[in-house]
Amino acid sequence: MSALHKIYNTRGGGQTHALSDINFTAKKGDFISIVGPSGCGKTTLLNILAGLISKTEGSASVSGHEVSKPLPEIGMVFQAPTLLPWRTILENVMVPVEVQKLDKKKHLDKAKELLKLAGLEGFEDKYPNELSGGMQQRAGICRALVHSPSVLLMDEPFGALDAMTREYMNLELLRIWKESNQTIALVTHSITEAVFLSDRVIVMSPRPGRIAEIITIDLPRPRTLEMMNSDAAGVFVKKIRHYFNAANVIE
Amino acid sequence: MKSLRNRPELILSPVVFVVFIALWENLVNILEVNEIILPTPSRIGEALLVQLQTSVFWSNLWVTSQEALLGFLFATIFAVIAGTFISQIRIVDKTFMPYLVGFQAIPKVALAPIFLIWFGLGQTSKVVLAATIAFFPILINIIEGLKSADNDQIRMLRVFGASRSQIFFKVQVPCALPFFFAGLDVGILLAILGAVVGEFLGSQAGLGNMVLNAQFNFETPTMFAILLVLSAMGIIAHIIVKAFQRKFAFWGDTSNIIGN
Repeated sequence: MSALHKIYNTRGGGQTHALSDINFTAKKGDFISIVGPSGCGKTTLLNILAGLISKTEGSASVSGHEVSKPLPEIGMVFQAPTLLPWRTILENVMVPVEVQKLDKKKHLDKAKELLKLAGLEGFEDKYPNELSGGMQQRAGICRALVHSPSVLLMDEPFGALDAMTREYMNLELLRIWKESNQTIALVTHSITEAVFLSDRVIVMSPRPGRIAEIITIDLPRPRTLEMMNSDAAGVFVKKIRHYFNAANVIE
Repeated sequence: MKSLRNRPELILSPVVFVVFIALWENLVNILEVNEIILPTPSRIGEALLVQLQTSVFWSNLWVTSQEALLGFLFATIFAVIAGTFISQIRIVDKTFMPYLVGFQAIPKVALAPIFLIWFGLGQTSKVVLAATIAFFPILINIIEGLKSADNDQIRMLRVFGASRSQIFFKVQVPCALPFFFAGLDVGILLAILGAVVGEFLGSQAGLGNMVLNAQFNFETPTMFAILLVLSAMGIIAHIIVKAFQRKFAFWGDTSNIIGN
């Protein structure tokens, strides 16, 4: 797959200028985080990439395809696990395969493999309400990956989890990412999470939503939680937080 | 024994029943109440046993069951069709909802005499009445159920490229199932009510017809006996619907369902 290209220019919905002159490109296999205070348009940006809402001006493309409707090249993880309660975990993971009418047999193996990778082996036939929040969210990640999308969009996927589970999920995500080699765009509220996970952090500022800075995180991989206490990581966190403080927003 | 301590109602409910029946039996005997006004439970039991041994009773039971079930069936079919159109097509919703609300405001039982003129003294008029009465709670639950789908779930399916019909069948229909069964639960009882009321107003057979005949002959114990049979029909229908609900809508959050 060639380099991904995502360029946005203005988006003016009604009178609000939600996103203004957004330009960035991600290479295949990049892990990119989008951070910023509330109302800076980071979820809007993600929804445009997902093909859920239309852009006003400019272009957005994924693997060379202009995004005007949801593309099969995209997988998405949501704030809540959003599993369907009447389907087993395996059936939930298979939803994109069914919807896109892909080969069921082939993808069934893929789904089981992903569940195994996510530590959900043995839970295939359980229903969502029999799993913890963290496990449900991991099933949600498996669902986003089952059709082998080239880009994984994540909209504050760990926001609802407690701090301990969240750290654990971050490590899990890095592990799954390493195995699957997807391009990931993650929207998050947590600066440390963004620094810990990403190759690059896109810092956005509000009114109108725009990119304040794109910061390359050149911490070595694989990353460990201890690394987050290092000075090197601290410098990145401080640098990003500076923008939040400048915007006068308390997180 | 631990389960009994945790659930005292398992003992208390039957005790209340026994005490109530005993009081009824003895008070009627002591006060020498006329059997035409209020028969004792034992007399009602006897009347029931007598009825259970006659073929007339069973054929009447069959007539009423048929009317109620057919009415229920038609109500369900029409409610599914109408509910689907109303919930999916905005213009249909806007155009027909005022009429539905208006029609729902009619006391449906009051339509029975008209149906009798239109459809005669046979079973047809009872089926139509049963269907008319059962229709609305089923319809309203289907509409509410189809609209109850979580926006996040719909968004999730859209992201993965689902078409409108896929969203309908994969999210909206399953979401509607708990509501649908709640509607059926109310609907089946109303269908039985409709059939019996229809029979009261003019009929040649059926349990409602038997009640009228018993009343004509001042056989109050028989009237009570048939009342028991009608209650049993309702309870059995309720249990069957609940069994289907547990099988097909096991995840259901029934807290906000209408008529529950």
